[in-house]
Amino acid sequence: MEASEGKSKKQGASRLCCLCNQRRPVLKRPKTLQQICKECFYEVFEEEIHQVIVKNHLFKSGERVAIGASGGKDSTVLAYVLSELNRRHSYGLDLFLLSIDEGITGYRDDSLETVKRNELQYGLPLQILSYKDLYGWTMDDIVKMIGLKNNCTFCGVFRRQALDRGAALLKVDKLVTGHNADDIAETVLLNILRGDIARLSRCTSITTGEDGPIPRCKPFKYTYEKEIVIYPSLLNHFLVLSLTSIVFFFHTYAYFKKLDYFSTECIYSPNAYRGFAREFIKDLERLRPRAILDIIKSGEDFRIATTTKMPEQGTCERCGYISSQKWCKACVLLDGLNRGLPKMGIGRARGGVNGDHQKETKKPASAARSLESKQCGSLDF
Amino acid sequence: MACNSSGCESGGCYGREKENGCKVVDVKETVRLCVKCKSNEPMTFGDGGSDDGRFCAECFRSNVYGKFRLAVTSHAMITPSDNVLVAFSGRSSSRVALQFVHELQVKALKNYEASRDRSLPVFGVGVAFVDESAAYPSLSGGMSDAIAWVRSTVLSLSPPEKDLHVVPIESVFGSDSVEARDRLVKLLDSVSDETGKEDLLLHLKMLSLQKVASENGYNRLVVGSCTSRLASHVLTATVKGRGYSLSADIQHVDARWKVPIVLPLRDCVWQEITRLCHLDGLKTVELARHPQSGINDLVSSFVALLQEENPSRECTIVRTAAKLTPFYFNKIPETDDSCVPMATQRRLKKFNLKYDGSMTTEAFCPICNGPLNGSDSSEDESDALYDACCSSCRFQILPQEPSSLDHFGSLLPHHMISQVKHHQKFDSQTYLREKIKDCLLLDDEEAV
Repeated sequence: MEASEGKSKKQGASRLCCLCNQRRPVLKRPKTLQQICKECFYEVFEEEIHQVIVKNHLFKSGERVAIGASGGKDSTVLAYVLSELNRRHSYGLDLFLLSIDEGITGYRDDSLETVKRNELQYGLPLQILSYKDLYGWTMDDIVKMIGLKNNCTFCGVFRRQALDRGAALLKVDKLVTGHNADDIAETVLLNILRGDIARLSRCTSITTGEDGPIPRCKPFKYTYEKEIVIYPSLLNHFLVLSLTSIVFFFHTYAYFKKLDYFSTECIYSPNAYRGFAREFIKDLERLRPRAILDIIKSGEDFRIATTTKMPEQGTCERCGYISSQKWCKACVLLDGLNRGLPKMGIGRARGGVNGDHQKETKKPASAARSLESKQCGSLDF
Repeated sequence: MACNSSGCESGGCYGREKENGCKVVDVKETVRLCVKCKSNEPMTFGDGGSDDGRFCAECFRSNVYGKFRLAVTSHAMITPSDNVLVAFSGRSSSRVALQFVHELQVKALKNYEASRDRSLPVFGVGVAFVDESAAYPSLSGGMSDAIAWVRSTVLSLSPPEKDLHVVPIESVFGSDSVEARDRLVKLLDSVSDETGKEDLLLHLKMLSLQKVASENGYNRLVVGSCTSRLASHVLTATVKGRGYSLSADIQHVDARWKVPIVLPLRDCVWQEITRLCHLDGLKTVELARHPQSGINDLVSSFVALLQEENPSRECTIVRTAAKLTPFYFNKIPETDDSCVPMATQRRLKKFNLKYDGSMTTEAFCPICNGPLNGSDSSEDESDALYDACCSSCRFQILPQEPSSLDHFGSLLPHHMISQVKHHQKFDSQTYLREKIKDCLLLDDEEAV
């Protein structure tokens, strides 16, 4: 690999785009290291996603699909590409933007502005649901109470439910999220490191929750994060689109079409652990770009018995949401918050409402350890 | 009574109760005792690792040896009629493996000499050392000294006597050392990926061990891989897309080879092994390590980082991988061996420790011997070698230019290439037909 890379570096100046052989290459594609021009990049980027959608039968014509929109790069590009492909290949989808307001000052309020702009830009209807409305607590309130150690657990659990509830309110058939190849590779690694074989078997599925309230899929499963970052910075064409009964206007900004997205990290995102895995993947990508896809492939190929104990699906007694325990995780966490016992529900379930579950009544709740909190940005896979 | 103060680690702290019920620790009276036997003073290794200062020397040693023995007996790794070859690199892990196997053999000899009917023979032990200097010229400087040291170490481990086999890695190409070296160098030069090169050498190393084992009548190959090594392997396999074959590599027994491989130290961590070497004064030799570059090195650093953050991470990684379904060959194969003592045979049958050797349902990659996943089969059947290999070897070992594949195939050792021909013959449809043809009523021409 190094030998061939060296060769192409020397010949770079005189080369043409290796896909069209006509235009001058402007970048080295992160996934394949091919030297390609701008036009070929969007073409191949969009076409690959289209192929993923088709080969995996992600959508059916006429479906109402909500795009989980955070205002970040993944969901912004997702919204753009999905509406573009929907038009170009006539998927026949009814697309919506669904955004969750966790109530994080200085982060979420800014990113929500971005989503609101996306709504105007793409003409996709937008629904915003806040943690305050749903649960009575904002993340700012939660952090004030519990500090910075397990805040990601709360946020992740609440957000997952919020997306499902929002999707139900909008009466959508499917939810799409912008999880990219890097995210999934990272999750595979983390599940190995944590010993979570059950999640390991599910986390590479492109569609999850088909037997639940709202199935959700990840069209960006094989799309590299780097490419998602590059994509919007290259577009510069002016488009007027129409989609069934909705008319879209795409506006250009200056001479580059910059898709408007919000690009800072959550102010509460912790260091360590998931950060190690992220760094490792970045280093790995530098050595061998295809390693990210190889991790996903390994995850898909792991020989995990189908009898691997999957939790039995029931409903939460308190709120009716899908749950494998008596109470769903969100209710357990909320109960803890409301009673001033913020450690409830963190770590293994011991005692409490769900403590009646056979194998988990071993130690008292106060002994709960907080090391294994789910990290920011993760939805349970 | 157990003391609740956080500074006290041992079970023998003497506290005095105050009137209000709080315990007060009288530091002068604190005696630290081994947490297991509660009689001896615990060992401190001072290596900054976990569990330091908890066990006395005897208990520590018996913990580690106990894990070895449990692995050997519960997986029927070594039985009285076996002839075992220990792969010895001179480093800590294989040094401990050699030491433990020797102790097991000494005990068996003692029992044999003490028994009246002498019904259970003593298993044989040999030692193999692979000389990789042809692949890594930087090693050749210290090699003769290293070999001399290995020889004297093996000599010191008798009785019972053990044969030493020094195996040059190029011996997979044949016995003519000059030609073999030449072929090895040519093969390695044609692999452009650094990680691919390192991995190819590991495969060649295993082939050379298999060769010396089968040529000298050994029926077991002991490899000293410990938990820590396997943890790195789990991650390297994952990042190279080898998720399907991973579960084959990390079990206690790997019988897909002609001479089954056993891993008796699989449940011991690196820290235990280095501490044991220190404790028992087991000398090791560190050859100037060829610098690992590429992915293997990156993963080792990553695992080291994770270990620092949580000392039980390696164990968790291997435990996760152990939950993957192993293959049928991850058990000792059934052999119609009349010299296996009846008692052993009964025991093996009772605990279902063997598998029926005729059950070959997997195809294997000719280079890495990894079981092939159905999804690995290539779409165009242009080149036999390309088709036969797994996707990982295709990417990192085989040349990228299709025109170079033929030439590359000619550089591979005979054993690997013969696997390709075998793979070609493995046409599942024909194979199944062969198996059931006696029951078929239709002629070939009439067959659907």
